[in-house]
Amino acid sequence: MRKSTIFLTSLAMEVGVLGLLLGRAASVATAEHTRLRHEAELVATLGLSDLCLFTEARYTRHLSQADLSTAFQDHPLSLDHFPSGSLVPPPARQSGSLVPAPRRHSASLVRPPARR
Amino acid sequence: MGTWLEKQRNLMDFALSSLVRRKLKNLGLLALYTLIVFLLASVMFFTHALRREALLVLEGAPEITVQRVVAGRHDLMPTPYVAMIEDIRGVASVQTRLWGYYYDGVVGANYTLLVPPGTSPTARRDDPHGPGETPAVEGEAGPPTSPVGSLVGSLVADLDLGALAPGTIVIGAGVARMQHRQTGDTMAFRASDGSLLPLRVGAVFSSASELVSSDLIVLTEPDFRRLFGIARDYVTDVTVSVRNPREVAMVAGKISRQLPDTRPIVRDEILRTYDSVFNWRSGILVVILSAAVLAFVIFAWDKASGLSAAERREIGILKAIGWETGEVIQMKFWEGATVSLAAFFAGVILAYVHVFFTSAAVFAPVLRGWSVLYPAFDLTPFVSVEQLITLFFLTVVPYAVATMVPAWRAATIDPDAAMRQAE
Repeated sequence: MRKSTIFLTSLAMEVGVLGLLLGRAASVATAEHTRLRHEAELVATLGLSDLCLFTEARYTRHLSQADLSTAFQDHPLSLDHFPSGSLVPPPARQSGSLVPAPRRHSASLVRPPARR
Repeated sequence: MGTWLEKQRNLMDFALSSLVRRKLKNLGLLALYTLIVFLLASVMFFTHALRREALLVLEGAPEITVQRVVAGRHDLMPTPYVAMIEDIRGVASVQTRLWGYYYDGVVGANYTLLVPPGTSPTARRDDPHGPGETPAVEGEAGPPTSPVGSLVGSLVADLDLGALAPGTIVIGAGVARMQHRQTGDTMAFRASDGSLLPLRVGAVFSSASELVSSDLIVLTEPDFRRLFGIARDYVTDVTVSVRNPREVAMVAGKISRQLPDTRPIVRDEILRTYDSVFNWRSGILVVILSAAVLAFVIFAWDKASGLSAAERREIGILKAIGWETGEVIQMKFWEGATVSLAAFFAGVILAYVHVFFTSAAVFAPVLRGWSVLYPAFDLTPFVSVEQLITLFFLTVVPYAVATMVPAWRAATIDPDAAMRQAE
């Protein structure tokens, strides 16, 4: 068999697998819509404000509620020592161009976000 | 057309034979290339999926949260503030929130304790009973008559509802997993006065909602106040809903003018926070990406800086036996294209499997940080064609250019000179 035939066949298989994965992504996203809606309802009903991603410190657990004006959160000269701090960028006004301008999103599960 | 296609296939055959001749080098190349695409695609898929999920889920977050700030720190808010905020024009309703953190020294985990809003007697000023007067009877939880019971029941299928009476709690799946607790078990908390407060697990949040509820412990107001020793005339903060969504910023401004020791947080800010948290140029991801991009740049530079002596001689011989310059360049194009296309698709497929089938196992240790309690969640695969196109132009195009330029330079010189230079 020609080498190009083997290559093109394997490439076609890769494209096929990727196509299947993208198809799966679309169908899973549709199926997950219910779960996301339930989560959004839970957030609305319990008045939650943050994702439960980093539970190591209060200012990483509730990123949006953290007192960002406080330079040293725990005590004077207490530098940020939690690894998740390295994932979280500083506030936009301090980071200049590092953080891009917020993007509007079109999909809405509960109600459109408040407009300023 | 058929002739052209056949010619291209012949060139591809030759290019593949040429690659196979340097099997070890090219396999290494393919592996490195695939790894770079895998890393970049993983970061892109992961951050995009997480950010999108956060934006969808947190659209239900409070319109305005008002916190009191004392000496630059978040402090408890006196309940008279509630009436003052309610009197502001444009405010539809104000709800008090009671929430806080509890550090479990035994397992070293932090929990978020929360009283469901709307159930707090301090929030219902017409309630004749004080918060401490609700009978704390364990095991007498009847049908779900409380708003909390019906609420949680509609959201979480496997709950024993009506369970949230004083003395009982609803815990997140992460807490249940860590504490090996299930419905009916008891968890003991050390109260602020040093006494032990045993609370019965009335229900467990479904693991489907772990991204928002993993470390949550929902309890009643009397238990919360007793645990933390918070006086009845204080709450943690308040949430405000506004009549006209367009006036949110204006109402927030009015609140901060009228109550200068408070800080209003509007929902847009929360959404913006999560939009930027997992921006793929931030923090440690920059390090990961920098390493990957740097490796790719070195790799492309190595390619662009020139061909090996053997490759130069090969081009010289091809030209000497009658190959056109264009044909040599096309052959080199197919060499680059076969490697980069194979690496691109393999890298993207592996990244998809990594992020959406293994819950981003490679990133988990970084994300987990020092958190003892980390939610077990499967991300919804939000993958768009735009992402794939971006990735294609970030990886395949630079490589293709890097391989074409030296091939073009070598193909345009005299075959005799090319063979002599190779010696």
